[in-house]
Amino acid sequence: MNQRILTGLLVVGAVMFVVAPVLIALAPYESTMGLVQKIFYFHVPVWFMMFLAVFICGIASGVYLFKEKPTADRLAVSAAELAVLFGLLGLTTGPLWARVSWGLWWPWDARTTLALILEMNFIAYLLLRKYGGPGSEKLAAGLAIFGMFNVPFVYVSVNVWRTLHPQTTVVPTLPLEMGAPFWFSVLAYLILFLVMLGVRRRLEEQRAVIDRLHLSLEEGYSS
Amino acid sequence: MGEFFRVAWLVTCKDFRVESRSREMLYTTTFFATSCVLVFSFAFVRGGQPIAGAEAGIVWVALAYSGQLALGRVFERELHHDALRGLLLSPVDRAAIFVGKLLGIVFLMVIVEMVVVFFVSLFFSATLFQYVPEFLALMITGTVGFASVGALFAAMLARTQSRAVLLPVLLYPVTVPVLIAGVSGTVALAQADPNLDLAHFWIALIVVFDVVFLTLSLWTFEPLMTE
Repeated sequence: MNQRILTGLLVVGAVMFVVAPVLIALAPYESTMGLVQKIFYFHVPVWFMMFLAVFICGIASGVYLFKEKPTADRLAVSAAELAVLFGLLGLTTGPLWARVSWGLWWPWDARTTLALILEMNFIAYLLLRKYGGPGSEKLAAGLAIFGMFNVPFVYVSVNVWRTLHPQTTVVPTLPLEMGAPFWFSVLAYLILFLVMLGVRRRLEEQRAVIDRLHLSLEEGYSS
Repeated sequence: MGEFFRVAWLVTCKDFRVESRSREMLYTTTFFATSCVLVFSFAFVRGGQPIAGAEAGIVWVALAYSGQLALGRVFERELHHDALRGLLLSPVDRAAIFVGKLLGIVFLMVIVEMVVVFFVSLFFSATLFQYVPEFLALMITGTVGFASVGALFAAMLARTQSRAVLLPVLLYPVTVPVLIAGVSGTVALAQADPNLDLAHFWIALIVVFDVVFLTLSLWTFEPLMTE
């Protein structure tokens, strides 16, 4: 993604993040939960971005593993960091909502447990890359593919186990006055996600260039 | 296909032969699993009475810990005299090598399971064998799920320096769904009023995870083991 597109997205995203709170404030209160339900406009888009990051990381890891393209690996590690970041945001906002709605911070139901496991999966990915030594990129790619296949289980878990967590039917059945600010928030987060992914990936590309230069410099000295 | 399973069986036989000479893994993992059960018995028995439902968690935690111990050792052995490289360079399907290793680990874990289940039944007065087919199905499918991911991760970490630390870090987040399903299924079978439908649901869920884990492991073993 070139500089101009990134800047454009950043400007659009900034404007949307200014407008989004106004739209959320104007949206009607949910009949049973009241004000606390407004965290929904933050919590759900954040998880959408987490899932998107996991899919990007998983697919890029597959490409790296089978086609051996280093650019795919750089995209994968950038997406993995964002998966952990958005996962942490989701795991923070979820208990805040749960405490008020259900009276407890962590209900240990299927969705929350599987979401926590998914987050741990990608923390493990980053730990492996940091401490695994040479060749850990490949091993981490294998782990990311396993992590990606957890997402469908996380998503459908609320429908399989009828737990406290709202089901997946909530978003498609939102009335327009709630759906509009919700999808606006999703779009704002998507833009933020793309900007962060673009910047992080560029950083990784530049790191690879520096590594190559170091290597050629060392080879120059030794010869 | 016949050749694939012949190679897998040869790898398993090789591991058995190595193990039969020292019996190191069998003795250490069984002893460790028994120690785990003993430690849990101090935590989960109050006034001579075990806490209800604790036995299911103890069986699976003891298995997971001892299984992890065995997994770390299975591929570490292959590092001596560069045996791992020799194995990977042999002109056979690498997935068959993986299946051979996996079979060896599953057999070992099943032996450990028999000892663990015996001690848990003894110490906790647990009625684990009320429904033998369901209980065996739970244990075997759970073991295959845990071992398939474990064998892959142990193999791919074999050449890294910090493998002892990284194996549990990678293994548990991926295999926890199988362990949860195993514990929940065992609770459904061992409780005072057994719930067979619930046990069948958990067995089916573990089978789904087994299929996903085995497919992914067989698919990624070849590129992951390429230097």
